[in-house]
Amino acid sequence: MTEIPISHMLFVSTALFFIGMYGFFTRRNMITMLMAIELMLNSVNINFVIFNKYLYPDKMDGIFFTIFVITIAAAEAAVAIAIIINLYRSHQSIDVEEADNLKN
Amino acid sequence: MNYANYIYLIPLLPLLSFLLLGFFGRKYVGTASGWVGVLSLGTSALLSVYTAFSYFFVDGLMDGKYQTIIPVKMEWLRFSETLSIDMGILLDPVSVMMLVVVTFVSLMVHLFSIGYMKGEERYATYFSYLSLFTFSMLGLVLSTNIFQIYMFWELVGVSSYLLIGYYFTKPSAVKASKKAFIVTRFADLGFLIGILILGFSGGSFDFATLIATLTNTQSPELTTMISSSFLGITLLSWALTLVFIGGAGKSAMFPLHIWLPDAMEGPTPVSALIHAATMVVAGVYLVARMFPVFALDPAVMHLITITGITSAVLAAIIACTQTDIKRVLAYSTMSQIGYMMFAMGISGYAFNDTGYTGSLFHLFTHAFFKSLLFLGAGAVIHYVHSNEMKDMGGLRKTMPITHITFLLACLAIAGIPPLAGFFSKEEILLAAWESNKTVYFMALGTSALTAFYMFRLYFSIFWSKEAAHHDNHHGEGTFTMKLPLLLLAGCTIGAGLIPFSNFVTSNNIPEKMELHLLFSIAPVLLAVLAIGIAAMLYKNENDKPDKIASSMNALYRTALNKFYIDEIYLFITKKIIFNLIAKPAAWIDRNIVDGLMNLLGNATIIVSDEAKSVQSGKVQWYALAFLGGILILTVAFIYLY
Repeated sequence: MTEIPISHMLFVSTALFFIGMYGFFTRRNMITMLMAIELMLNSVNINFVIFNKYLYPDKMDGIFFTIFVITIAAAEAAVAIAIIINLYRSHQSIDVEEADNLKN
Repeated sequence: MNYANYIYLIPLLPLLSFLLLGFFGRKYVGTASGWVGVLSLGTSALLSVYTAFSYFFVDGLMDGKYQTIIPVKMEWLRFSETLSIDMGILLDPVSVMMLVVVTFVSLMVHLFSIGYMKGEERYATYFSYLSLFTFSMLGLVLSTNIFQIYMFWELVGVSSYLLIGYYFTKPSAVKASKKAFIVTRFADLGFLIGILILGFSGGSFDFATLIATLTNTQSPELTTMISSSFLGITLLSWALTLVFIGGAGKSAMFPLHIWLPDAMEGPTPVSALIHAATMVVAGVYLVARMFPVFALDPAVMHLITITGITSAVLAAIIACTQTDIKRVLAYSTMSQIGYMMFAMGISGYAFNDTGYTGSLFHLFTHAFFKSLLFLGAGAVIHYVHSNEMKDMGGLRKTMPITHITFLLACLAIAGIPPLAGFFSKEEILLAAWESNKTVYFMALGTSALTAFYMFRLYFSIFWSKEAAHHDNHHGEGTFTMKLPLLLLAGCTIGAGLIPFSNFVTSNNIPEKMELHLLFSIAPVLLAVLAIGIAAMLYKNENDKPDKIASSMNALYRTALNKFYIDEIYLFITKKIIFNLIAKPAAWIDRNIVDGLMNLLGNATIIVSDEAKSVQSGKVQWYALAFLGGILILTVAFIYLY
């Protein structure tokens, strides 16, 4: 089985990151924005794994970091959803455009 | 004898009654307040008399000289190795004498006030202020150092302010209290600067140390103070002049006297205590306390003499024209303090001990007969409900006790033997005769004027027309009002017989007092003559006074308007200081200083208005800005490094 070249994998992670970013900037629904953030986080995770494998194959630091990021992402999702639920309760909407009470 | 056991009680008892009456008086003590004050003051007075007795007759005299005793002393603030402010109690002949005068007169005034102030709404407050004043005055006379004296000096000023403004619903009283406070405060500024110069270059605030260093001709401090000068006047002269300005302000010496006549807006017993017998002599006391230092500088002593004699003459002339009885007494107080001042002055530059003793002797006797005059005037005002002479007359039948005691006090102030004023005034005149003939003749003339205006007052109150409208009245006053009059009258008769120079001299060595009977002939004859003229003019109602007044129209008007000194002050403050200094200063403050601040404030508002529009509340805009920032940083890092 031939090795998949590193450029391919980096391409996937970069694509994933910018898809996430596009989603984050264009969507108004907060759940979708949260999902976009998860995409970006996962692209970073892929980068960690790739560089760990190709640059320091005898070490595990990158992999540990990935697991750490996944844990944090889970916690973050929980917090974010709690915020969204509260926002929905007070504004009857989860549109970010409407959540601008702190402007100016 | 151990003074430390009880001496601190003398000032602390009035303080205690001040605190008690000040905090709880109106609610809990009520009409008993007066007696609380009398009780604490009575104890203080007894202790003072006991102290005086044991000091003068038991153990003060040592090797033919009265010792300076410091029974209580503690350090309060230390500035350097040598300079510190202490708190303590100092006993020497002058302070012991003052102790007796202050507590005794204060006790009399407390007693008198019980009847006089009856029914006042702020009865307890009145007595608490009175106690505060007594505490401060006792602290002042017992001070061991010049800074402690300054603190009590200001406290005395505050209590004087509170008591002048006691009837604060009357606009004139409010004005008078402000005037008194500001004028004396202005003078005290000079005093403070003087103290700082003395403390800085004399190396100490302590009276004993200061006097010892500065009178030692070899000391480096004295050499510096004499050799260094500012504007052509030596540092020593500056310091002493400034200290004297403080004293002149408190003692109502020309030209800082303008507050004293207005201070008569306060209750009359207060005028008796503060503005006649005790506080206003603080200036004389200050000069006496630092006499050896003052004596180093003949120029300052000349200044004191000139100020004293000017005040004495000026006030006596003004007193002849005033119609408010309290104002007459106020000017007469100023005139008598002028006597004490110039006696101090001539004693200083002529090395003439008679002046020093005479000055303090006059202070001592004056306290009794002047407070008697004021309390008598208080009784009259209480009876007539007016301060104006024209509302009085013929009161000798309805107020016999007041009449007799007032007459005694008038005779005493006029210098008729053998009453108290005679002896002290003779001594001052003698000192003047020995050292400066001009001053002597001016003082002699003033003495005759004094007799004239006092008897003008006396005849207008008690003789003149018949008593008219006072039938439905409560009589002469309560027992507590008559008793002080009688006691003070006793002192007025007896105080002059004390051989004063056996006790108080400038070097604390007792001397024999001599009476020059031949010398006394001129002043006494003049006084009798002046009384005769006053009797002729005022004993029966007639138009002679008016004729004389109109024949000397210009002089009469000038004197009636107090030589326009108030107007000069107003002109200087309102026209010159306000227009030339205050207005430009206010313009600079409003336009330049404020303008700068407004500019800063407005600029901040404009910038922040712009800045806050960035905070749109749109999360995605924030994220975009964040991304943009990162991109810019990335580009910068890649291409710049």
